Amino acid sequence: MSHAVPLETESPPAAVGVTRPIEWLGLVALLALVGAQLLGVLTSPPDRDMGHLQKIMYVHVPAAWNSFIAFFVVAICSLLYLWKGQERHDLLAASAAEVGTVFTALTLALGSIWGRPTWGVWWTWDPRLTSTAVLLLIFVGYLALRSFVEDADRRAQWSAAVGLLGALNVPIVYMSVKWWRTLHQMQSSPSTVDPEYVVGLRANGIAVLLVLVYFIMKRYRAARVERLAEQLEERAALEGRDHA
Amino acid sequence: MNSPGQTLKLSGLARRFGMRWALRGVSLEVEPGEVVGIMGHNGSGKSTLLRVVSTALRPSAGEGWVFGKHLVREAVEVRSHIGFLAHSPGLYDDLTATENLIFAARMLGVPEAQIPAALERVGLAREANERVRGFSAGMQRRLALARMTLGSPGLLLLDEPYNNFDPQGIELVNEVIQDARRGGGAALVVLHDKRQGERVLDRIVELGRGAVIGTNAVDGMMAVATAGPA
Amino acid sequence: MAFAQDLRRVRAIVWKDLTTERRSKAGFNSVAFLGVLILLLFGFALGPDAEALRDAAAGALWLAILFSGVLAFNRSYQLELDGGALEQLLLYPAPRWTIFAGKLAANLLFVLLVEAIVVPVAIILFQVKSTAGWLPAIGVMLLGTIGFVSLGTFYASMASRSRAREVLLPLLLFPMLIPVLLASAEASSSLLAGDPMRDAGAWVRLLAAFDVIFVVASFLAFDYVIEV
Repeated sequence: MSHAVPLETESPPAAVGVTRPIEWLGLVALLALVGAQLLGVLTSPPDRDMGHLQKIMYVHVPAAWNSFIAFFVVAICSLLYLWKGQERHDLLAASAAEVGTVFTALTLALGSIWGRPTWGVWWTWDPRLTSTAVLLLIFVGYLALRSFVEDADRRAQWSAAVGLLGALNVPIVYMSVKWWRTLHQMQSSPSTVDPEYVVGLRANGIAVLLVLVYFIMKRYRAARVERLAEQLEERAALEGRDHA
Repeated sequence: MNSPGQTLKLSGLARRFGMRWALRGVSLEVEPGEVVGIMGHNGSGKSTLLRVVSTALRPSAGEGWVFGKHLVREAVEVRSHIGFLAHSPGLYDDLTATENLIFAARMLGVPEAQIPAALERVGLAREANERVRGFSAGMQRRLALARMTLGSPGLLLLDEPYNNFDPQGIELVNEVIQDARRGGGAALVVLHDKRQGERVLDRIVELGRGAVIGTNAVDGMMAVATAGPA
Repeated sequence: MAFAQDLRRVRAIVWKDLTTERRSKAGFNSVAFLGVLILLLFGFALGPDAEALRDAAAGALWLAILFSGVLAFNRSYQLELDGGALEQLLLYPAPRWTIFAGKLAANLLFVLLVEAIVVPVAIILFQVKSTAGWLPAIGVMLLGTIGFVSLGTFYASMASRSRAREVLLPLLLFPMLIPVLLASAEASSSLLAGDPMRDAGAWVRLLAAFDVIFVVASFLAFDYVIEV
């Protein structure tokens, strides 16, 4: 009797063909980032209170925006995985979570550096800073779960559920932290931005978005290649050649 | 392609764990009242086969039906037809023998009135109100056997029921299977030594590296070799 | 009909879990004692100043509940993992939600019993003065506990079956519970002080919304995580 076991290999990604557009995207992202930074730094006047320290904003704010985008990607991919059970959604969610964690950590570090001269302390329980910290913790929990579960199906299923619940919690966390702070009448970070900073911020937001997409695609491709190697090994095992 | 009258039909069933395929396309049919032994070396996929049939594991490929109910799409219905004796007894140590069966009966939705008889059948009537924590491995296996028969499921799945069992225990396993067969029930029995199950087995399916490599009728029994897709 | 049958299954799981728990009292006693111990440690850390203690009471109480209660959730699955009971449990012809509902109810009773010990101790140790607002404060407690236990029961179904389960569960659970911690602590301190700012209502609504969202979400997601 024949062992008609279909291998779930979607045809191997046209590896050679795909490489180039990704690297082009990386180059574009790098140029955009350099350009946007120059634009922001050169066009904006020194801040009334903070002088050139204000320029840290051009990385801090875009990183914060984009870490939320990364979290959104994790949520959507988790939902798609639970719905359709396709591996690529799991791998994409994992890639977005990894890159999102880096961006969230960067946001916090820069916020802290900015806060030291501004508020005189490295950390303040500002609503946005605090909820970003919670976001980081939720990301870290997600990645910890992934690293503690070996079975690929189980890991995918579980982390999709965890990613989805984490995303559901983001608005609730933000709301609760905000109320908590306003009730205690503490200062919060300035929410209005002078118009001369807006263009630089937006340009950097887009440039960092390109970097985010590039990083996620890079991680995703690496994850795909790893899975492909596993599947090739499976096929070898199926054909009767024992693997080590 | 699948009739409710047939106890079990498997078609090209496969299952992988990570990168290892434990089953690679098993096809098998079992009729009511038929007792099929499953043999093979360690790692040949015997336990995996039982666990996929029990719905504990989803197949990675292929399909199967128990009494016409699909293994994946109608898993809840399949479960109501199955009694599973796993490797580990799966009992709660801090409950008594009776309480373990009460829990099982409530989860199955079958009358608790059959519990005393079930305990009697496996020779645990005197220990009925003792906690399982104090039971020997053999006594735990007996209790698990009693639980398996609650509700008289139409398909029994027994994973190495004879291992490390005393002669009376082996006899008991065979009697329980015989009882079920008289009521029209079928069974899949994983075993290593076919002499232990000779009395009850109709045929033996041999697994190797996750596939069926042979089917033998057991001497003295009328057996129809139905391996492979019809 | 089928639903009544499922409710009987939920009751059977609650009965089984609590009977087991009752017979091995060690679990409950040590969890409750840990809660009391954490309160004592907080008292030492905050010093004997009555005013400071009173201000910190609600927060300290909630931390004591979180850190002791979290031990209960993995225990409730450990019971199923010893001797392969989980595999049998999943083979009963019952929908998956009955298992989650049973575990959730048993854990809820367990944590409420722990609270019945820890809360009076907190009131005594932290010299909380009784004024108005006892009943609403208990209501807040209950709402917070529901959120805590439903997420705890859900995450423990994964953490208990992974490597490093002891550390993974709090790592997953506690960040998710920050809204519960904030809302419960703020609402109960405010209520015990007579709700001078009229802000307790908003916190209670937040807690209720949290509970509804995550009870529903964890029921839905449990089907996916328990199978694999």
